[in-house]
Amino acid sequence: MQINGRSIARGIGEGEVLLCHDAISFLGDIDPKSGICVAPKHAIEGKNIAGKVLVFPQGKGSTVGSYVLLQLAKNGKAPAAMVNVEAEPIIAVGAIISKIPMVDKLEKNPFDLLKDGMKVKVDGDNGTLSMA
Amino acid sequence: MELTSIQQSMLNGEHGEAVQQSMEILVALGKIYGADGMVPVSSAQIAGVSYKTIGEAGLEYLSDLAKKGAKVKIPTFLNPAGMDREQWQKMGVPADFAKRQMAVLDAFASMGISMSCTCTPYYIGIRPKVGEHVAWAESSAVSFCNSVLGARTNREGGPSALAAAICGFTPNYGFHLDEKRACGLVIDVRAPLKTNADFGALGAWAGQLAKHRNPAFSGIRKTAANEDMLKALGAAMAASGSVALFNVEGITPEYKVVDGAEKVTFAADDLLASRRSLTSSDTPPQLIAIGCPHASIDEIKEVAEKVKGKRVAHQLWVCTAKETKEKADALGYTSTIEAAGGLVVADTCMVVCPLKEMGFTTTACNSGKAAKYLASLQGQKVVYGDVEDILCK
Repeated sequence: MQINGRSIARGIGEGEVLLCHDAISFLGDIDPKSGICVAPKHAIEGKNIAGKVLVFPQGKGSTVGSYVLLQLAKNGKAPAAMVNVEAEPIIAVGAIISKIPMVDKLEKNPFDLLKDGMKVKVDGDNGTLSMA
Repeated sequence: MELTSIQQSMLNGEHGEAVQQSMEILVALGKIYGADGMVPVSSAQIAGVSYKTIGEAGLEYLSDLAKKGAKVKIPTFLNPAGMDREQWQKMGVPADFAKRQMAVLDAFASMGISMSCTCTPYYIGIRPKVGEHVAWAESSAVSFCNSVLGARTNREGGPSALAAAICGFTPNYGFHLDEKRACGLVIDVRAPLKTNADFGALGAWAGQLAKHRNPAFSGIRKTAANEDMLKALGAAMAASGSVALFNVEGITPEYKVVDGAEKVTFAADDLLASRRSLTSSDTPPQLIAIGCPHASIDEIKEVAEKVKGKRVAHQLWVCTAKETKEKADALGYTSTIEAAGGLVVADTCMVVCPLKEMGFTTTACNSGKAAKYLASLQGQKVVYGDVEDILCK
């Protein structure tokens, strides 16, 4: 099944879904060395985003968050792809400079559709998400 | 979004990787904000220059971009860095920080960016005309540009301003459009405003009230508000709210109020209360920091006249642009301030340098913007007042 959305950052990424119901401030919330969420009481506290298809509402916080995504990519701990409900500049810029495929504004609410651990493919060139 | 054939070829990678990545950023922002296309910009100001702000992550990004051969196409300058490039040792900046900061500046320099590190480009000759489109990033410069100069810019982030500088245009949305420039809040000023600290206190108050609206001011006499004061007003509103444009009746090039705008009054009591709320210390400061945003030559002159022949009881910095400092050097203001135990500091300011690491815990200022960020970003207790008051604390 394929769901259409909007392309934000090009490239194709596949992996297991990690749903996160909270907005993410990559500066502070995510450890750039390990990819683990270190923010107390965050929806994905203690979970590792490395290699996952990270699904979250949108970014928040410091604009330095864009650079933290690049650090994660350099450390091999970046998500395989990202899906936002509605993108904002911090995550969009971070995805582009780090070459992490990203889409937003899917036709259907990704939180209704997806579950943790499902295997999905994000096509950032065409702005689609597909499930096996 | 409509792209010209050249813009499309930039996006396709025909002009190299740095241009392609920059175009991708501009297109993504255009999509997010619903831009119909790109608009050419005549200058860019890059934020995220201090190593204290961007850290190792930002340094890596900039070094990568420089290695890809990125070059700017339009006059581009920088926001303040974390230290004075020449006087960092005198300031007490740690050597390791200085090394990292210089690496950040080297990356920018290799892209063809001017090494003017200032939040007041308009004091060093960069003054876009009414209606001219630019891509500036520092919040007080953005406010001054939109409001006092009547030019047009959104509040850019570091990477988006850099992308605009590399491509020569920015997505056409927000403050580039007429309909986003009208004011939805009118503040009738009844309080007597005499100094930068008064205007900063008005700004701190108005920024909280404005929310997403552009504020307009009535009741401020043209003879009672110079550019330095309008700078102080805009800077404080950008810090306490996120105001990027304001109008002042009879003073700014634009004065446009939407139908049904809310009207409020700023009375003498409000001024007193706001000034008081910006002070969080009853002990004397270790550092008196003037020049947020960067001091004009007139503001440096004022400090020089007040400290002439005296000895200031605490450390004193007057922060300014390097070009303005050179003027102050030539006019003898710098040596007067140094003779009183102070420093005229270029390229940096009290908000972006590593103050805590330098051992400061209480700082005095006359800026509504500095008062807010000294407390929230620098962990300082703040003494707020007019230049004359804080020099004598």
